[in-house]
Amino acid sequence: MKKLNLSKGARTDLLTYAGVILAFIVVSTLKNNGGLNRSQVGLLVPICCYIVMAVSLNLVVGILGDLSLGHAGFMSVGAFSGIITAMALAEAIPSAPLRLALAMVVGAVCAAIFGFLIGIPVLRLSGDYLAIVTLAFGEILKEIITCLLVGVDENGLHVIFNYNGAKNANDLNLAAGGRIIIKGAQGATGTQTIASFTAGFVLILITLIVVQNLIRSRQGRAIMAVRDNRIAAEAVGISITRYKMMAFVTSASLAGAAGALFGLNYSNLAAAKFDFNTSILVLVFVVLGGLGNIWGSIIATVVLYILPEALRGFANYRMLIYAVVLILVMLTTNNPIMKGYLASLREKLGKRSEKEANEA
Amino acid sequence: MKFLAYLVSGISLGSIYAIIALGYTMVYGIAKMLNFAHGDVIMVGGYISYIAASNLGLPPLISVLLAMAVCTVLGITIEALAYRPLRSAPKLAVLITAIGVSYFLQNSALLIFGANPKAYSPVVSGTLQLFGGQLSVSYVSLLTVACCIVIMVGLTLFTGRTRMGKAMRACSEDKGAAQLMGINVNRTISLTFAIGSALAAVAGALLCSFSPTLMPTTGSMPGIKAFTAAVFGGIGSIPGAFLGGILLGVIESLAKAYISTQLSNSIVFAVLIVILLVRPAGLLGKHTQEKV
Repeated sequence: MKKLNLSKGARTDLLTYAGVILAFIVVSTLKNNGGLNRSQVGLLVPICCYIVMAVSLNLVVGILGDLSLGHAGFMSVGAFSGIITAMALAEAIPSAPLRLALAMVVGAVCAAIFGFLIGIPVLRLSGDYLAIVTLAFGEILKEIITCLLVGVDENGLHVIFNYNGAKNANDLNLAAGGRIIIKGAQGATGTQTIASFTAGFVLILITLIVVQNLIRSRQGRAIMAVRDNRIAAEAVGISITRYKMMAFVTSASLAGAAGALFGLNYSNLAAAKFDFNTSILVLVFVVLGGLGNIWGSIIATVVLYILPEALRGFANYRMLIYAVVLILVMLTTNNPIMKGYLASLREKLGKRSEKEANEA
Repeated sequence: MKFLAYLVSGISLGSIYAIIALGYTMVYGIAKMLNFAHGDVIMVGGYISYIAASNLGLPPLISVLLAMAVCTVLGITIEALAYRPLRSAPKLAVLITAIGVSYFLQNSALLIFGANPKAYSPVVSGTLQLFGGQLSVSYVSLLTVACCIVIMVGLTLFTGRTRMGKAMRACSEDKGAAQLMGINVNRTISLTFAIGSALAAVAGALLCSFSPTLMPTTGSMPGIKAFTAAVFGGIGSIPGAFLGGILLGVIESLAKAYISTQLSNSIVFAVLIVILLVRPAGLLGKHTQEKV
């Protein structure tokens, strides 16, 4: 076989794609042959959504180097705009996959718009100040969506911004046969669940193509230059704002698409689901998977999302165990002795694979 | 008169935020880390004083002192076990560990005390009637404001005048140089965590007296808000945390009264964002020149 001459980065990318495709084939075979029980099948779509969330957050935290604590806010924007789209077009587009795709596109576009608007003030700050402002925006988005009343009838969409809690769903004045889509604090109710595992897989692939190609491109190198040394990057003519915004908006739009898929996976979904804790959850996936490491994010998401489910046997102790695992992992991976050991292990493995590559 | 009532309730709520923010700002100033577990120490303080007062029948003052003692030990233990080994680790690793500690405390409380909210009886009861009964101010509010002022003045004097306080400021400026001057950095950081956690216990008792329900998640939102308050006033600055806390409480109370209950947190956060855009280091924060 002709030897492919690939750079290390391109090889990692290809292996990531191959791993994801392989995992999809294995899991869907298992699913179709009844190898998974109901609750396991129920985990598939959320896992896909959280993988996309983690990979997109990694773009901001790992590649751009800014700590964002409001990623769930973009997921929320995507989820509710996606739900509105899918529900409003239920008659116009009978094909569920097409409607799902359209909902995800709308979710991505809406989240990108919010990402851009939020990015203007946020990206002027840095460090912990940036973190607290993204947290603030996440909470603001959550509360704003909690105040929304949205319904649809043959005249189109009806939207009320119920900021003082004085109005209810009857004030939407829907014509007979109209549907209420979002009911304030209750969130979206009666959504048709059209999300599918295949759509999740396609979304992961698109995310990987977008993120990995961005990282390996000229723009990606500029973004990493901004992360490594802002002043030096500015001195060689890299526009800080432009590249920060590029990473931030890309990340927001991917999170929006993931949100749309997530939203259409549940018949009832409240905006309170996308709170600070969800942002933190995704951040934990990213940090444990390794900053800037895309396949690390994917594996960490799968393992950490399944872990609390696998610990269900321990009932109330499971979140306690989760917390202890989290602390212990952080302590051991940052321990100087363990770090040295891991580095030497990696070196050994690296040498071996190089040798194998040379022999092949 | 209504406005005055809202203002008073805002100031007393703000005083609670300020007490928490003072602890937060000291810990941040010295350890340079976002201690997300701080809010949960408040919750632990609330539970300890609740148990001491209603199960053991201790007087309120003793139960709050007991809560302070327990939280101080808890704070020192958390710092020694979870944060000290990560002193030279990347910031994000410390942040995730703090989140782990926060989950740990919340879920321990859930296992020990259960998910049902507990009805907390205020440390002092009764109200003061002013202007012939037109304005009523609860004694809890007065106590809160008084506590907050005493703590703020005490901390300012402590960090400004005492040897330990100077050591603290030195450590927050430059840990390496402080160590070379013979300051025991680890002990100073432990002391800071001890003070921060003791303040969290006081805040816990006051917070639960103010809104008398106690749950394992009671501390998280006030924790985040107090952090916002600390950033608002300029993180690392003691008068800043005080000012930030009071302003935050007043804005929240007035927003709830006049604009919207649902959006009160959003309004608070929006004001924070505007302040940070105008003054990136907070109201009283020092603007540090970036070294190249």
